[in-house]
Amino acid sequence: MMIPWLSLLIWIPILGGSSLFFLRDKPEIARPFAVLIAAISLLLSLIVYAHFDSSISTMQFQEKLTWIPQFKIYYALGIDGIALPLILLTCICTLLVVIASYWAIQKNVASYLAIFLMMSGFICGVFAATDAVLFYVFWEAMLIPMFLIIGIWGGANRIYATIKFFLYTFLGSILMLVALVYLYLVAGSAQISDFYNLGLTQNTQIWIFLAFFAAFAVKIPMFPVHTWLPDAHVEAPTGGSVILAAIMLKIGAYGFLRFSLPITPLAGQFFADLMIGLSLVAVVYIGLVAVMQKDLKKLIAYSSIAHMGFATLGIFLVFPLLEHAQDMSTAVLAVEGAMVQLVSHGFISAALFFCVGVLYERMHTRNIADFGGVANVMPAFAGFFMLFSLANVGLPGTSGFVGELFVILSAFKVHFMIALLASLTLILSPAYTLWMYKRVLFGTVVNKQVEQLTDITSGERGIFIVLAGFILLIGIWPAPLVDMTHATISHLLTQIQ
Amino acid sequence: MTQALYLFSLIAVGSPLLASIVTGLYGHRLGTTLSHRIAVSGVAIAFVCAVIIMKIIVDNNISMQEMPLYTWAVSSNIVFEVGFLMDPLTALMMIVVTFVSFMVHVYTIGYMHDDPGYARFFSYISLFTFSMLMLVMANNFLQLFFGWEAVGVVSYLLIGFWFKRDTAIFANMKAFLVNRVGDLGFLLGIAAIYMLFGSLNYLEVFAKIATFNLDLTITLWGDVKVNAITVACILLFIGAMGKSAQIPLHVWLPDSMEGPTPISALIHAATMVTAGVFMVARLSPLFELSEVARSFIVCIGALTALSMGLVGIVQNDIKRVIAYSTLSQLGYMIVAVGISAYAVGMFHLMTHAFFKALLFLAAGSIIMALHHQQDLRHMGGLRRYMPITYITALIGALALCGIPPFAGFYSKDILIEAVHFSALPGANLAYYALLAGVFVTALYTFRLIFLAFFGKERWHHDKDHPMHEPDWVVTLPLILLAIPSVIIGFATISPMLLEADGFFKQSITVLSAHDVMGKIAAHYPGTFWFTLHAVVTKPFWLAIAGIFTAYLCYVRYPQWPAKIAANLSGLQKVLIHKYGFDEFYQLVFMKGTQKLSLWCWQEVDVNVIDKGMVGGVAKSWEACARLLRHLQTGYLNQYAFAMILGLVGLISFWLWG
Repeated sequence: MMIPWLSLLIWIPILGGSSLFFLRDKPEIARPFAVLIAAISLLLSLIVYAHFDSSISTMQFQEKLTWIPQFKIYYALGIDGIALPLILLTCICTLLVVIASYWAIQKNVASYLAIFLMMSGFICGVFAATDAVLFYVFWEAMLIPMFLIIGIWGGANRIYATIKFFLYTFLGSILMLVALVYLYLVAGSAQISDFYNLGLTQNTQIWIFLAFFAAFAVKIPMFPVHTWLPDAHVEAPTGGSVILAAIMLKIGAYGFLRFSLPITPLAGQFFADLMIGLSLVAVVYIGLVAVMQKDLKKLIAYSSIAHMGFATLGIFLVFPLLEHAQDMSTAVLAVEGAMVQLVSHGFISAALFFCVGVLYERMHTRNIADFGGVANVMPAFAGFFMLFSLANVGLPGTSGFVGELFVILSAFKVHFMIALLASLTLILSPAYTLWMYKRVLFGTVVNKQVEQLTDITSGERGIFIVLAGFILLIGIWPAPLVDMTHATISHLLTQIQ
Repeated sequence: MTQALYLFSLIAVGSPLLASIVTGLYGHRLGTTLSHRIAVSGVAIAFVCAVIIMKIIVDNNISMQEMPLYTWAVSSNIVFEVGFLMDPLTALMMIVVTFVSFMVHVYTIGYMHDDPGYARFFSYISLFTFSMLMLVMANNFLQLFFGWEAVGVVSYLLIGFWFKRDTAIFANMKAFLVNRVGDLGFLLGIAAIYMLFGSLNYLEVFAKIATFNLDLTITLWGDVKVNAITVACILLFIGAMGKSAQIPLHVWLPDSMEGPTPISALIHAATMVTAGVFMVARLSPLFELSEVARSFIVCIGALTALSMGLVGIVQNDIKRVIAYSTLSQLGYMIVAVGISAYAVGMFHLMTHAFFKALLFLAAGSIIMALHHQQDLRHMGGLRRYMPITYITALIGALALCGIPPFAGFYSKDILIEAVHFSALPGANLAYYALLAGVFVTALYTFRLIFLAFFGKERWHHDKDHPMHEPDWVVTLPLILLAIPSVIIGFATISPMLLEADGFFKQSITVLSAHDVMGKIAAHYPGTFWFTLHAVVTKPFWLAIAGIFTAYLCYVRYPQWPAKIAANLSGLQKVLIHKYGFDEFYQLVFMKGTQKLSLWCWQEVDVNVIDKGMVGGVAKSWEACARLLRHLQTGYLNQYAFAMILGLVGLISFWLWG
């Protein structure tokens, strides 16, 4: 019998998580149970990885059950080279967040863990769904836990942030639903792969592209629909920020690859210049905005937007590369760069938000001005934070470099100015990251609170070691990650041509 | 034989890396002695390997031995590899790097003796040695860039080593950012190489040069099209301008003196800052193709060589004098590689590495003896107390000035002669700049020597701690560096530069039209006569004049400098302000970026997007709600009335419709 690995991967955390609601007054049982569930999901994702054949470009581990037969809607799952890395990322980050709750969360622990586990199941569902309706259901479902996490465990201004987050994402989701319904009516099927090659006119594609854009651009987020992210991060608890930055943002880019590129290639061509422009705005303008941020989380949030600009840049460089240069291999390199950037940024942003969490749990402030000279009292923390900062700066040898390199190499082939503007990140990212590091960690101890700080605990150290390991591994040897995505991306791009 | 080369290369990079990891992670548990033993053995092993590699390469006449290590990543038509390219050029750099690094490691035992960050320091300098070796041993642009950035980061960490000092953490930020401006160019240059040649492997790129269309252009913006190779070469050279601190990206190097002195010797004088020179030499087949790029290189180098030397005259901090000297000497090397005399550039790089590291370590020895006093105005008369430091510093100074038969003489004299022979546009101007530079070099160098070792003792005598020479771990490296500073030029000039089928072989490519060394070699009288011939050359007498001027101003008539300064107050102001680069960058880039950032954030993000767009949507939403609220009065009769109204409306629609 075929084991439905993907279903297990989705439903074990969802069911396991919901059963945690029954353990609400027993946090001492809830914690190990949640760790167990998260570990099982990670194990499942690793099994899937081990059996994944990266030479196949089509969906693997397919499952198909009839769901609503009258409407030809199926419970259909499957993964390919762009879904698998993100699923692995989701499972790893969820386990780390669940472990970190041991010391980070004291209020409503069981519910907190339940929500995170369920969310990770939903997100895996988003990445694994091959049926548009199923995709939409998971898409909407994963948003609810995030609202709750910010709304319940968030900071002082959490309601404002939640509503802003909700309005932005909800508007996008509604428009995407309209587009999906239209495609469903045209294709007569809800299978996402049936939406490809429908022979839609450019005009129709433009409307569909815009509808998808509303949903995905908000998620990534792209300029100018990015302002919800800094607020959401500032109010979210550490775990929420980690999942938000490491995984949720990636779903937008995933959406572009899964829907916009293959379904609306003509519209993509039409909008490519605009999209490239917006990506460069994200890199340059958002990078500039990050420089003067006073709040650690806001700074990292803006840094996330700037780094995601590289992902969208890589994705939309495909159009000029294919149109003008007929350069398929560089187009593939660009999208691979975007994919590596997604995974890399997942680990780096998670690490940076964990670092902020470490400081916040000790000082109850995220204000950069309240810190100074932390390295004197927390040397081990300073070491890890330096590594993660350098990764954020895109140092070769860390994962942060790989994606940026691929995208810049591809961009230069399109136009010198695109490459030049994108490369400004080489100056801007150290300007905001290392300046922040300098003000927080370096210098003499500025106040009593800093003086009394204690260095990281063994638990925190464990989380940092895992993240540092992945960041260095991808930086030193990105081949496995690139190989995983290669066949799928090549196949995807032949569909555009 | 290839296997032996492979093995020793791996050990050479592996041992400093391992030493760095062990001392970095477990230094606090190992204690100081074990930490420095591990680090010193790591680099000593690397040095031995470098020597063995050099021997294998020379004995077997190896010119370009490719040694792939592993595949970093593969995309459709491009393979990114990590590996080594073994040739005389690489082997030479390996020896220079590991030898100076070895000396600095030993010296550090004495210099950082009581520092709480002892193990951390050793971890950093071992990591530096590893990164620098990765840079020089790379067989492809990507690994070159890895090494390039990695040495930059270690430099950042080491400049800010004493992270409690505000000046140190300002200087390291500055160093990182300015270097990143160069790296931006460098990365774009690599992208240009990828576009033009479809590969990032050195040998593959060089092989494609033969069939390359030299008229290809790149559109920079609008209709501005520039020759593709020129664009690529200039972009790559911008990287060299950052790392090798050429105008206008030189501003970080003087400030980097905030770091501990051993790293000033290792990183900011002997090795890392010469990476730009090495890079141009390594990529000589590319740079040969663009005369425009090489002219640009020559101009930048000549400008740096003269103008930075002049600033060195007015500095009072002993380390800063040497730092400006380094800037100036880097300018010399850059000019050399610019006029296609790559081998000469590398030769000067090598001699400079020895005598400049020596000068820095000697300065460090003085600073230790004077309890961290770095101001030349508070030194004087030290030659009686520190004979070894004095003699070795004097050797370094004579080498720097280019007095025969010290090492610097051979490299500088042949360098200037090569520039003289070059037909490249800009080379004749560079020739005069470099000649003037010789006088300036001798002036600031002997100003330093006279102020530190001669004259009145202007320092505070401490009866409990009488002035004395530091420990042997400090003086031994001085002596060991002094030896090559004397002999290396005499011993190697002929085999390295002048013999037919010389040392570098295919690792350096010079088109015959640019081959100035060939012209020099044609009437080279032999090293001995070359040395004697010095007394009738311009550089020699300019150097002597410089030393004599320094003698007059700082020994014979110490009141002169103040008078000269008063008469030339305009010039002096310009030099003291270092031509105003720092002030300009501070105002435009630092303050400008901060202002722009604040404006973008507050005006665009907060006011336009959040309050305008998002708030606008929310407000109109609210306005609708406010209107609708008037209907929600809570009075049953009104609701009933509305329902009836609606019912009437529907029925009438149904009746008439």
